[in-house]
Parts: sequence; structure tokens; C-alpha cells
Amino acid sequence: MLNLLEKKPILLLLAAVVVIMIGTTVTMIAPFKWINDPSLKIAGVKPYTPLQLEGRDIYIREGCNNCHTQTVRPLVADVARYAPGSTDGYSKVGEFVYDQPHLWGSRRTGPDLARIGGKYPDAWHNKHMEEPRSMVPKSNMPAYAFLKQPLDTSLTEKKMKALGFPYTPAELEAVKGKTEMDAMVAYLQKLGNDIPWRKAAAAAPLVGELKNPSAGNAAAVTDGKKLYEENCAQCHGADLKGDIGVALAELTKPEAELFSTVYQGMERLGMPAFGDALGKEKIWKVITYISSRKGQK
Amino acid sequence: MDIETGYSDEVTKGFLTWSIIWGLVAVLVGVLISFQLIFPQLNFPPFLTYGRLRPIHTNAAIFGWGIGSFMAMFYYITQRLTRSPIWSPGLARFQLWLFNLVIILAAVTLAMGFNQSKEYAELEWPVDILVVILWVIFAVNIFMTIMKRKEEQMYISLWYIIATLVGVAVLYLVNNASIPVSLSKSYSAFAGANDANVQWWYGHNAVAMVLTTPPLAIFYYFFPKTTGVPIYSHRMGIIAFWSLIFMYLWTGAHHLLWTPVPDWVQTLAMAFSLVLIAPSWASVFNGYFSMNGQWHQMRENFLVKFFIFGITFYGLQTLQGPAQAVRTFSAFIHYTDWVPGHVHMGALGWVSLILFAGIYYLVPRLYHTQLYSVKLANAHFWLAVIGQLIYSISMWIAGVQQAAMLHAVNPDGSLHYSFMETLTELYPYWHMRAGGGVIYLVSLFIFIFNIIKTVQSGSAGAAPVRATGAA
Ligand code: HEC
Ligand code: HEC
Ligand code: HEM
Ligand code: HEM
Repeated sequence: MLNLLEKKPILLLLAAVVVIMIGTTVTMIAPFKWINDPSLKIAGVKPYTPLQLEGRDIYIREGCNNCHTQTVRPLVADVARYAPGSTDGYSKVGEFVYDQPHLWGSRRTGPDLARIGGKYPDAWHNKHMEEPRSMVPKSNMPAYAFLKQPLDTSLTEKKMKALGFPYTPAELEAVKGKTEMDAMVAYLQKLGNDIPWRKAAAAAPLVGELKNPSAGNAAAVTDGKKLYEENCAQCHGADLKGDIGVALAELTKPEAELFSTVYQGMERLGMPAFGDALGKEKIWKVITYISSRKGQK
Repeated sequence: MDIETGYSDEVTKGFLTWSIIWGLVAVLVGVLISFQLIFPQLNFPPFLTYGRLRPIHTNAAIFGWGIGSFMAMFYYITQRLTRSPIWSPGLARFQLWLFNLVIILAAVTLAMGFNQSKEYAELEWPVDILVVILWVIFAVNIFMTIMKRKEEQMYISLWYIIATLVGVAVLYLVNNASIPVSLSKSYSAFAGANDANVQWWYGHNAVAMVLTTPPLAIFYYFFPKTTGVPIYSHRMGIIAFWSLIFMYLWTGAHHLLWTPVPDWVQTLAMAFSLVLIAPSWASVFNGYFSMNGQWHQMRENFLVKFFIFGITFYGLQTLQGPAQAVRTFSAFIHYTDWVPGHVHMGALGWVSLILFAGIYYLVPRLYHTQLYSVKLANAHFWLAVIGQLIYSISMWIAGVQQAAMLHAVNPDGSLHYSFMETLTELYPYWHMRAGGGVIYLVSLFIFIFNIIKTVQSGSAGAAPVRATGAA
């Protein structure tokens, strides 16, 4: 049989097609029956609005997916890093039903963005996109200051129709006059925001007594200063006098309260949670540093 | 058409020239993006940012350099193995023009940000249509040449060529299915996890049908020509061929381990990736065993080195790949620099070494002369291998180190390192990689110089006789 094929090119061609189609049928065609099954729908997940869709298209145009992924894997470290505070905040099929194309990516030169929505305030994104190193000094992300140009809205309606997404005339009108940056930030703020992973996260309680183990410790102040500069200065200012975030040097709240704020974050107010990223010990060091700066001019 | 042989090799010369040019572009852009990762100031928005240049790098490399050379060599090989001239030399000439048009359009449109965003299928639909026309022309021309062949038996290389022609066609048509909105914008026809699954069925089989079967076709033809001894086992070749093209199609989801794609699809991908070692290594052994009693040629014939190193890197690649397809290992190295390390061992060590070998073999014959300098060819070889090893090894270490840091957890369950702490550790390795890339670039200049000199000596008509002793 195999020897015959060597003399009959058409037969060889057909045989090759059949052989190729077996694996294709099982692993590529058949899964259409299981993936995106209606029972896997997630109620909160809504199609993109015109502004978000335009932002997504800019994300594609700029090839952000060459450095950023958008899938959180069900691994301890992945969930802790990219869906902090939750135990089952990893990505599910239902999140992606409106993603044509998917933007999962294959390389994490930068962090995963599947849950970036709500992590930072818009102001942070604007500054970061304009010059990433102004917020994160050692970042190698390109600067996207040119996105402050006006958004081209001539195709917006056509795009919504092509994808079959619902929209209102008011939404279309609202897109006019926006910049590409506005659209990009609107898209980023949507990512992961319509999925209930955060509810589980908020429920995770802080147990035990909140007492600063490193209070008054000079070494902790030095460590805390370094941690502050790496994690907080971008929003609260290098001098603790505030910028996107409040002036920490002027706070009078007890340390335990500051600790829980930093640990759990302030959802929707733009203060990220640091519990998973830093852990208790490091957070206490930062608090110790902040306390050491209280009242200083 | 060559009066002596009756074969028309003009189009082979044309494709070789252009594939070398696109190869140089690919490596130049590769070196640029490797520096951009260290010095973000080297991004020149809007057209020359990393996000837009990386697809230009991969497209120029795989389609310009890879496919361009395959087209050159497939035409050459097919004519010899069928003992018939190309079915339509005119169509082949047109194909060369269309090919270059497509590559130029690809570079320009990608720089402008017209991008479908799917890896290795970035080109927007109007360019896709040109690609389809290009491929149909190519496939018809090769296949018609085979149909009217004068040699009844089809040698292994021809099967790999036929598999490539149909395989690429099926993959490309499905994965590029899209809903156009304008000339420069379209949306994928598939959504979410379906889209991902289709994409990596395509993506991994691009590895199979572009980075595996064509270099194998070339290897199986030029390697015995170079050594002067036939391939060790024809039978092993047959079995390897059918099992290879059967198994590859099951493995796409090994790029999607731990994602929302159904578990059973992932598990099948993992299992088939592991058994894929067998047909892959059948070709490696076929190469090694052919060298029985011939190993002295490694010293005496510079071309043999290219082939033997090439097939060896293929062997290493097809051991590393299956390891990456195992869930636990994937959990660790997926998304890290480890993967570019894997990619470039294959792209530089396997695909490019085999292409260099084919070009060194062909150019003196096509231009009726001798290679300008074997010394330079040896220098090219060693620099290319050293550059590639620096690239791959530094990236493997970088990948493992970052993975270890990303997964490190404190006793209280919090993460030990922030993302930026892991990223700053990568800079030294990225410097090394860029250094490896520069060495590789130098080797490429030596290669091009050698080829130009050879062609010049040929067209000067000085020595129409060749005596490489390798025929
Ligand atoms: C060269 C790779 C690269 C490209 C291209 C890139 N980024 Fe980044 N990005 C990074 C790195 C590295 C970080 C982490 C450091 C930082 O925050 O700047 C990052 C961080 C981010 C963050 C903050 C994530 C977090 O959790 O703190 C956002 C949001 C972001 N990028 C959006 C984008 C968008 C949108 C684009 C496309 C316009 C883009 N990036 C293109 C590398 C890249
Ligand atoms: C992305 C910007 C951002 C970063 C990074 C950030 N913060 Fe905040 N933070 C904010 C904002 C915005 C608020 C104010 C929320 C509000 O009350 O409206 C805030 C509030 C706070 C508060 C509560 C103030 C109060 O009135 O109770 C504390 C404490 C705090 N931040 C500490 C920190 C520490 C410590 C770090 C570093 C580990 C940090 N923040 C990093 C943005 C940030
Ligand atoms: C020696 C010169 C080269 C250098 C310096 C270089 C550099 C790079 C860099 C920096 C990346 C991005 C890696 C990342 O995402 O972190 C990349 C990706 C890639 N390169 Fe190259 N490259 C070179 C040659 C080539 C050649 C000759 C080929 C193919 C024949 C090739 C094929 C690819 C592919 C397929 C990718 C995508 C990998 C992935 O998705 O993981 N490269 N290259
Ligand atoms: C038995 C053979 C092989 C197997 C099972 C295999 C397996 C894999 C796996 C599992 C990945 C994904 C890694 C990750 O993202 O975590 C990968 C990536 C890749 N491999 Fe291989 N590999 C094989 C051979 C090859 C060969 C011969 C080449 C030729 C150059 C190659 C080129 C690539 C490329 C370009 C990618 C990057 C895809 C991307 O992320 O963009 N592989 N391979």
C-alpha cells in the first residue's frame, strides 16, 4: 500500500489530506461543540461598548499582546499575582465569548492584564501609557504618548455591527472627540471587571491581631523606604506628599487601619491591594517607614 | 532554461537572492527588538515600536527567509527528482514577483498596525488573499511538474513537498477566516477559547508544515547529494513521514495548557507531543546512520557539518518540545524567555543551518563556478552556531530563573517577588542574547559576502567547471 502511494501522486495527496484531517477533526473541529457552550456563560460578561471596542482595536494595532497575556492560569502563583486575594479568580471560558480575536498571547514580557480593570485609577494609566518609566522606573514597556491623538470614529458603528454588539446612538455620540488614550484606558478598565472574581477576593478576611512586629525597628525603616519607593511612590509621591493617591505623611489613622488598607486595597478608589504581592511582613515594614515620616516636613 | 540540463533554474536563483535579502532584514529586525527590550528608548513610535516590529521579525523570518528559500529549493529539487522541467516557468516567474510584493506589503502593513493579532497569521485579509493566490500558483506548478514526471518512483523529498503544499493551504484558510470591516481591519470569525484553539492548531502546525517538513524535504535531498552516499533507510523514511504528519495535527493545544480550553484537548495534545519524538528522531537517525563509515567527511567537507549540526539541533528541538508539552513543566516555563530559547534553537540551529547548506550547495552549481571561500564558509558556520547557542542558552537560564522567582511563595501564602523584581533580573540575559544576535548577524554578513563573490566569479564566466567533489 505505502509502496503504491510512492508512484501515485494524486493518491498520495489525498491520503495526506485524510491523515491530516483526523487530528484536525478531533482536536480543532470537535471542540466547537464544547467550548462557548451556553451553560458556561457568565452572567456579568457584557459585549464591548463602542469606546471599549475602539480601545481593544488599538491594543491589537499596537501589538500589546506581544508582551502581555490575558489568561490567568489555575496555578497558585498565577492566581495570587493576577487575581490577588481570590482562590478561583483564574480565567474561565465564559469570560471570552465576545473576544474576536482572543488576546491570550504567548509571552509575558510584561504582566498579565486579564484582571487589570479597576486595579489602578485612570490617571495612573494615562501617566503610565505616556511614559511607563515615570511610574515604574525599570520598566521596558514602550512609551505610548502618541495615543493622545484624536480617535478615528469613522468605522465605529460598522465595527459594532460586524460583531453584532448592541449599542445606543448616545454611546456612538460619546465616542466622538475622545482620544485614542481614552479608548485604551476604557478598554483596560473593563478587563476582568465584569467577572465575579473580586467578590470572592473582598471576602477574604484578615485574621489575627494587627500589631506591627517591626515597630521602631531602624532596619525595618530602611527596608520599608526601599519598598515604598518601588511600590508606592508612583502614586503617593516620593516625599509622601501625595499625587494620584493621598498624602500619607499627613495621615493620622492608627497603624492597624493603614495596614488593612494596604493589605486589602480600596476597591474602585484606585488603591491597589498589596496583600498577595508583598505579604504581611513587608507591608508592616512600609507602614513602619510611613510612621517614621509622620509630621516631618 | 539551461540548454545542457533542460531544467529552468532562473527562478531558483531569483528566489534565493530574495530570500537571503529577507533573511537579512529578519535578523536585523530581530537584533533591533532584542535591544529594544533592554533600551526602551529604541522604540520609535508609532511605526517602529516593539509591538509592531516583533510580527515583522517573525513574518520576515518565517515567510521571507524560510518560505522564500523553500520555494527556490522545491523548484530545484522537484525538477531533478521528476527529471522534468518546471510545468510553467512563466508562472514561476510571476510567483517570484507576487512573493516579493506580499513580503513588502506584509512589512509595510504591519508597521502601520494593520494586524489580525494572531501569531504567524497577522496579515490582514487583502494580503491574505494575495498569499492564497501565491500558494495556489506554487502548488499547482509543483504538482503539475510531478504529474508529468519521467521518474515513476517519488523520492521521500517529494512526499514532504506534497504534504507541505496541502498542509499549509488547509491551515491558512481556516485560521484566517475573518469578518472584514474595511480594507485594513477585520475580526476573527471565531470567538474566545474557540479562536485560541483554532489559532494554536494553526500555530503549531505552522511549525510542522513550514519549519519541519520543508527543511526535511531539503535535508533528504541535499544531504545524500553532499555526502555521496544514499540515505540509510528508505523504509524508516516512509514510516516517519506518515506518522509525523498524522501526529502533529493533534498537538496544537500544548500551547494552551492550563487555559480554559477543555482539559481533554490539552491532554491529547500532551500525549501526542510525547509520541512525536519517535517520527522526529527517525529522521535524525536516518541522518546519523547514513554517516556510517563517512564521519571523516565532517572534517573534510564543510557542508556535511551544516547538515549534521542541523539535524542534531532538530533532534534536540524535538526532545525539548515534548518536554514543554508536559503540563507540570509548561506551568513553569510557559510565557517565559525559555520559549524564545526553544524557538531560536529551531529557527537558527535547524531551519537556517539547513537552508545555508542548501544555498552553499546550489549557488556554485547554478552559476557554474566554485564556492569563493570554504574558509569563510567555516567562519560563517562557527559564528552562526556560537551566536545561536549564546541566544538559546541565555534564554533558557533566564526563563528558568524568572519562573522560579514568579512561583516563589512566602510561608503566609503571599508572593515572594513582585513582577518588576523578576523582570530586572532578566536584563543581563537580554544583553547576552543581543550579543549572540550581533555575532549571528556578523556571520550572516560573511555568508552574504561569500555568496556574492561566488556569483560574481560565476557570471564573469571564468570557470565553467566545478569540482567540489561533493556531487
Ligand atoms: C516590550 C513589551 C511591552 C509592550 C509592547 C507593552 N507593554 Fe505594557 N508592560 C510591559 C512591562 C514590562 C510592564 C511592567 C512594568 C510597568 O508597569 O511598566 C508593563 C505594564 C503594563 C501595565 C500595568 C500592569 C500592572 O498590573 O501593573 C499595563 C496596563 C500595560 N502594560 C498596558 C500595555 C498596553 C495597553 C500596551 C500596548 C499599547 C502595552 N502595555 C505594551 C511591557 C510591555
Ligand atoms: C496606583 C496608585 C497607588 C499605588 C501604587 C499605591 N496607592 Fe495608596 N492610595 C491610592 C489612592 C488613589 C488612594 C486614595 C483612595 C481614596 O481614599 O480615594 C490611596 C490610599 C491609600 C491609603 C489610605 C489613606 C486613607 O485615607 O486611609 C494608604 C494607607 C495607602 N494608600 C498606602 C499605600 C502604600 C503603603 C502603598 C505602597 C505599598 C500604596 N498606597 C500604593 C493610590 C495608590
Ligand atoms: C540572530 C538573530 C535574531 C535575533 C536577535 C532574534 C530576536 C528575537 C526576539 C528578541 C524575539 C522576541 C522574543 C520575546 O518575545 O521575548 C524573537 C521572536 C521570534 N523570532 Fe527571532 N531573532 C533572530 C533570528 C530569527 C530567525 C532567523 C528566525 C526564523 C527563521 C526567528 C524567528 C522568531 C520567531 C518565530 C519568534 C517568535 C517566538 C515566540 O513567539 O515565542 N528569529 N526573535
Ligand atoms: C516534537 C516536536 C516539537 C514539539 C512537541 C514542540 C513543542 C512546543 C511547545 C509545547 C511549545 C509552546 C511553549 C510554550 O509557549 O510554553 C512550542 C513552541 C514553539 N516551537 Fe516547538 N516543538 C517541537 C518542535 C519544534 C520545531 C522543530 C520547531 C522549529 C523551529 C519549533 C518551533 C517552535 C516555535 C516557533 C514556538 C513558539 C510558538 C509561539 O509561542 O509563538 N518547535 N513548541
